[in-house]
Amino acid sequence: MEADARPDGEGAALKDTIYALSSGAPPAGVAIIRISGPRAADVLVALGRRLPEPRVATFRKLRVDGEPLDNSVILWLPGPKSATGEDVAELHLHGGRAVTARALAGLGAMDGLREARPGEFTRRSFENGALDLSEAEGLGDLLMAETEGQRRAALALMGGRLSRQVADWQERLLALAAQIEAALDFADEDDVAPVPADFGERLAALRAEMAAALARPPAERLKDGIRIVIAGPPNAGKSSLLNALAERDAAIVTDVAGTTRDLVEVPVAIGGLPFLLTDTAGLRDTTDPVEAIGVARAQAAVAGADILLWLGPPDEAPDGAVRIHAKADLGGAAGGAELATSVVTGGGLGALTALLQTRARTLLPTEGEVALNARHRAAIAAGAEALGEAGSPDLIIAAEALRAARSALDRVTGRAGVEDMLDALFGRFCIGK
Amino acid sequence: MEFDIIVIGGGHAGTEAAAAAARMGAAVALVSFTRAQIGSMSCNPAMGGLGKGHLIREVDAFDGLIARASDHAAIHYRMLNASKGAAVRGPRIQADRKRYKAAIHALIGAQDGLTMVEGEASALRLEGRRVTGLDLADGRMLSAKAVILATGTFLGGKLHFGMTNCAGGRVGERAATALAGQLRALGLPLARLKTGTPPRLDGRTIHWAALERQESDGQGWTMSPMSERRVAPQLFCAITRTNARTHAIIRENLDRSPLFAGEISGVGPRYCPSIEDKVHRFGDRDGHQIFLEPEGVDDPAIYPNGISTSLPTDVQLAMVRSMAGLERAEILQPGYAVEYDHVDPRILEPSLGVREVEGLYLAGQINGTTGYEEAAAQGLVAGLNAAAWVRGTAPILFDRSDSYIGVMVDDLVLQGVTEPYRMLTARAEYRLRLRADNAAARLTPKAIDAGCVSPEREAHFAAAQRERRHVERLLARRIGKQSLAERIRYPETDAGALIALAPEFASVRPEILEEAVQDHRYAPYVARQDDEISRLRADDAVRIPGGLDYALVPGLSNEMTERLSAARPATLGAASRIRGVTPAALAAILVHARRKAA
Repeated sequence: MEADARPDGEGAALKDTIYALSSGAPPAGVAIIRISGPRAADVLVALGRRLPEPRVATFRKLRVDGEPLDNSVILWLPGPKSATGEDVAELHLHGGRAVTARALAGLGAMDGLREARPGEFTRRSFENGALDLSEAEGLGDLLMAETEGQRRAALALMGGRLSRQVADWQERLLALAAQIEAALDFADEDDVAPVPADFGERLAALRAEMAAALARPPAERLKDGIRIVIAGPPNAGKSSLLNALAERDAAIVTDVAGTTRDLVEVPVAIGGLPFLLTDTAGLRDTTDPVEAIGVARAQAAVAGADILLWLGPPDEAPDGAVRIHAKADLGGAAGGAELATSVVTGGGLGALTALLQTRARTLLPTEGEVALNARHRAAIAAGAEALGEAGSPDLIIAAEALRAARSALDRVTGRAGVEDMLDALFGRFCIGK
Repeated sequence: MEFDIIVIGGGHAGTEAAAAAARMGAAVALVSFTRAQIGSMSCNPAMGGLGKGHLIREVDAFDGLIARASDHAAIHYRMLNASKGAAVRGPRIQADRKRYKAAIHALIGAQDGLTMVEGEASALRLEGRRVTGLDLADGRMLSAKAVILATGTFLGGKLHFGMTNCAGGRVGERAATALAGQLRALGLPLARLKTGTPPRLDGRTIHWAALERQESDGQGWTMSPMSERRVAPQLFCAITRTNARTHAIIRENLDRSPLFAGEISGVGPRYCPSIEDKVHRFGDRDGHQIFLEPEGVDDPAIYPNGISTSLPTDVQLAMVRSMAGLERAEILQPGYAVEYDHVDPRILEPSLGVREVEGLYLAGQINGTTGYEEAAAQGLVAGLNAAAWVRGTAPILFDRSDSYIGVMVDDLVLQGVTEPYRMLTARAEYRLRLRADNAAARLTPKAIDAGCVSPEREAHFAAAQRERRHVERLLARRIGKQSLAERIRYPETDAGALIALAPEFASVRPEILEEAVQDHRYAPYVARQDDEISRLRADDAVRIPGGLDYALVPGLSNEMTERLSAARPATLGAASRIRGVTPAALAAILVHARRKAA
């Protein structure tokens, strides 16, 4: 067995190509997405048409599914002389949220690619011998910090509320699972009812609670601000409104339609609440390739908005948008708009900021409430989704759904295995002949 | 006398181990106190059930004995969970003890290369930490390259009848205490467990007419596909219940139960092993169901399943007579509790070989399990692997995604036991693909590769595969937009509905058609688990060096260090399944292993 001591670097899981945002959370100056694995070169070709020179920073226009993504610097670092020892690609994007999200979604849709698990880049590094083994001793601690530490820190930040909440769900899931398992494994013992009548009710209550937690404002909003996106046709007064709300000239304003070509993001505080204002390129059909990129980004920003201020014709407003009749000082009909504003007279701006604050309060986590970050939300959403089949009349499917839900929640709080389920089962039923 | 392999113990683990090794071509000695005891059903006269029925079919897929002997002996057939999905259906039979034993003797007797040796095993012969044979108490010496210990509860066994106790494995037999001492001296970690039996009743004194009857199920299925039909006369079982008076009698006498008076130090299971336990732990229940199971066609003994007890005989009689139909019942043999030694199975490799004693294998209750089926399955694993080791070929291993056998062995060697280990379908994460009805399809190809299957079995399997391919061709047919294979994913489309849609299905054997229906019905769910399984296999391909000192790995908690050191997982995947080991800990282990290897 000693002959096999070198861990096999060619395991099937290692053949996946993994990716992750390896710089800080957007918005930031630059967002670096790192891709490692056999398909790294294919990714660069798919996004940037052809491979750049190895190890030379290269400027490229990137496209996802034929749509422009960003003009960025990319790097091609073929293995084994790379950080992970595998083929590595890096995309240095402009660090806006929309661009980063679009890029990550595009990568996720490619065959053979998946998001990296915690610590996975580092693990690949030493599995492939890319790290100096003399460093290895310290790496155990480092990895512990990278994965366990992250998890614990996140839990501690929530003052234990989240972990208590998830632990409560876990316990109830175990109890539900125990009932199904008892009906499956001990059907011939009379202490075990087929499935208790209140099973469906308890399952529904649990699902409702998880759904409610997911519907609550995410934790990121407190840190990053509520995303207000100002959108509409060219020359509608979007940039002027942004400047008025920001109380400074953050965006360039001219009479030329199509002045704003990229997203302009400005963090502001209104009434003590955090907002991130985003000005967008005017929405119109265009043949100008640069403006087209801007329009695509504007559309992505609209889709990701918490509050959308629509400055176009009211009947063309996207669902849920606040319809604003801007440039009210120039007259014109306000028909169908909720608010009329003028940056010239200042009219309606007070009403707008009041409306934003009212909306904001429903979008932010309230004091003391459990707020979920993106990772927790993903795990809980996966759990809630799995529970969709837990009411199946086929108990085997129900049991499988509960197992999947448990393993999803395990990602938040740590592992609850079969033994925990058996504890729940044997504690509840008198079983054994 | 010279052999390749010596098997000590003629119970379900021992006979299966000996027969499997002999099928692989090894020269095998099966050593038992007395020849007559080989193939005894020492506890209840039933085989199979939930999880356990899966194990029987899996052993049978390797051409084992247990399913065929069960069919010869079966006086009552019942498919548990018949109304639920096939993944959790559990075939179960009541056996006539004499017929069962006779069937095992016939199968063993017909097996080439297998010699029965009567005698008491007194000590292993060792050269350093390598096994070379066995000394018998009468001075005879057997030599072999491998020894399989399948000694059941005989190791350090102690019987409790009320407050009196004596040494022994079962009533009327001796305990292998000398061997237990030797294992201790070898440094194998031993721990104590307990199990119990109910009193045996005289069926002639039971008022059957007053009781609810449970007939054999009247279907045609058998435990082994090699059994053409049911051969023994079919009897009925009956059901009675404990009641408030029964519980009062038990409560009043709890101080006379060694279980509660502290006489028994072994750890009992979380599930209720004894009627004392049930009454004590679930005091709110007003009664417990008791199955009255006949022990044989021409045997008056009745096994009252559900009242295992170590209470004194007078209390047992009062308790029995408090129940409906048993008012005048006589006890043929009182129930008793057994305490016995088991070895911490974490010292074993997945081959069931002892990691630190070359050529020594352990199978059955000695590893802390309970049940005939669990024992037989371990016997198979130990027999196959001892034979593979003797002939110098690769071990024949099972994993959690291919069999219940794999689940059990993985649980035993990684987690150890804290209570007698019993198979449950809940233990199998990949239950949807591990059905009793597809055991042959899952495992017989592997058994054929191992060279452990008779030509008859191989031909039978090949015929079933041909018929299955025929079914698949029919299922590919489209009716409207859907193929028939897609159509049978809906529960309302059963085998009958299929025959209505395509009459050719009527000529297919029902069990083959049903297996196909179940395969397709759960196919989408099975496919969803594929990712998880490929990750498991990938992690199982990453080996951890044997001598790794976990205390030196930075960042591991004491608890993790202790568990990893006891189980010594051979791969990263195995390490990941040990309770409490986190992904971060795995990474740390990997780093450390890598550094050590450099």
